[in-house]
Amino acid sequence: MICCLATVLLKCILYQRGRAAFAVVVTLALAGCLPARAQDTRLTIVKIADGIYVHFGNVALTTPGNAGDIANLGIVVGHDAVAVIDTGGSVAVGKALLAAVRGVTALPLRYVINTHEHPDHVFGNAALAGPGVTFVGHHNLPASLRAHGPFYLHSFRPALGDAAIGQVRLIPPALLVDGSKELDLGGRKLLLTAWPPAHSDCDLTVLDEQAHFLFAGDLVFLDHVPVIDGSLNGWLSLLPRLAALPADRVLPGHGQRIAPWPQALDDERRYLLSIQADARRMIAAGTPLAEAVPFIGRSERGRWQLFDDYNPRNATAAFSELEWE
Amino acid sequence: MQTINSPAAWFSRLSPGRRRFLLAFTGGILATSGGKAAPADADPWPALAGQIFPGKTLQDGSALLAIDAPYRAEDAAVVPVTLRTILPADDHRQVRSITLVIDANPSPLAAVFTLAPGSGIDRIATRVRVDDYTNIHAVAELSDGTLWAAARFVKASGGCSAPALKPVAGDIPIGTLRFRLFPAGEDGRREAQVMVRHPNYSGMQMDQISRLYIPADFVQTLTVRQGDDLLLTIAGGISISENPSFRFSFRPNGGKSFRVEGADSTGKRFSGTFPVDSAA
Repeated sequence: MICCLATVLLKCILYQRGRAAFAVVVTLALAGCLPARAQDTRLTIVKIADGIYVHFGNVALTTPGNAGDIANLGIVVGHDAVAVIDTGGSVAVGKALLAAVRGVTALPLRYVINTHEHPDHVFGNAALAGPGVTFVGHHNLPASLRAHGPFYLHSFRPALGDAAIGQVRLIPPALLVDGSKELDLGGRKLLLTAWPPAHSDCDLTVLDEQAHFLFAGDLVFLDHVPVIDGSLNGWLSLLPRLAALPADRVLPGHGQRIAPWPQALDDERRYLLSIQADARRMIAAGTPLAEAVPFIGRSERGRWQLFDDYNPRNATAAFSELEWE
Repeated sequence: MQTINSPAAWFSRLSPGRRRFLLAFTGGILATSGGKAAPADADPWPALAGQIFPGKTLQDGSALLAIDAPYRAEDAAVVPVTLRTILPADDHRQVRSITLVIDANPSPLAAVFTLAPGSGIDRIATRVRVDDYTNIHAVAELSDGTLWAAARFVKASGGCSAPALKPVAGDIPIGTLRFRLFPAGEDGRREAQVMVRHPNYSGMQMDQISRLYIPADFVQTLTVRQGDDLLLTIAGGISISENPSFRFSFRPNGGKSFRVEGADSTGKRFSGTFPVDSAA
């Protein structure tokens, strides 16, 4: 009934203004995999360094039109095997990611690393499952997916559409990271670190030790307002430890640029501190939650995309957490 | 047989097991005893009202009772809801109880607040989980036994904030109580806030691998006394947010301390006494 036609276009573009660095851009058009209104899913990857490719998701909420392509994704190619970091917010995006991998290497996909539980990072998992593929995640990720997965499938149905939701399978990691763990792709090692509650309850970072390149997942937001679904205080206390990671550059979970490390944390830190200070002041003044929310983080409005979509819930989560300090 | 003429009284005379069952599984009863399943988009309220207030007539209470809640629930896990009663000054009836129902939740009956006579409570704020687009209903029972219902629509925002089961961060023990007093208003009433550290697990989540339900563990009862006088009794269900919070107005009676006692559905009890001076 439905056939998928993938066309791969290769072209070179100049990457990074002021530098003579060239990047391979793979544009992949997936036609016919989605309902007509979903249009084609295109997945563009950018070569960051030898063996490292990234895809910048839209800075947007999930819609049928973007098929949940709203999170940044990574591909790392070693001498022996490939790892992908996150799988996008739908099986269509996951399929496009797999096609992008096939566009740059014939080596086997060995690891699918999920940086945390949120739908825009794990709903594409089913597209990448197969013989020889191991899913990797934070040791809390299986429990988080069990607890929240059914709600995500329900609550994202209006945003993704019935057909796309029907394809999603919640695949928990088989290889769990508690503390840190090294994955070897052959001549290329990835250091995975599991963190205490911050952005979520199951945040995991991936560091390419050779390229000094960090895949931060949603522990780093750039331009896209940070989202607090773990612990505000936990996140703030984590920032110095993250900053100490031996990286030169970072791919944030959201935000369409590669940024220098650890300066990439500056905007996020300022935002989180602002939320913390405002919430503490409101709580001390005895302001009820509902009345306090519009005032929490207000000074950050205009500095972030999607501020009005996420700031009120960040304010709510922060107030609820800090009330117990 | 005596007639049970008030939902609060009816509720209080149920066996603890039956109460727990109603608070945890109202929706389940509907689903299993309603014969042919209603269409998903049918208004669940008539059936819910009939189940929670059997044989009773509910009148339009929109002039007596207000529900303040955001139209869009920003955080599905923590949706602030404030119930206000607005009896005219020349109406000498009192509000005996307020029942809070979140129609589309797996367990719609969120809480029953029983207001002690003379407590002066005219405002109760709490936070609830909202799983879907839903009406929230509040039903006030007046001292003449009449029931008055008001409704408000809330749109759950979806998104990444699941309405349940976040791990309790930090090491604050379950059952820890916090109590705050706020300054007096113009009418002489004060406000107090009772907070309970508790995950309020719903028990509705199925483990996708074992297909077993995670056992429910939620704050089931709370009583608040001002000095020796009973002020407020709360029967809570699983639609109340994690770390339940209840903030309410009351009329000070000169009591020097507040006493809060509670129990959760596993039988764990917790209590605390809070001197007026230190609670502010």
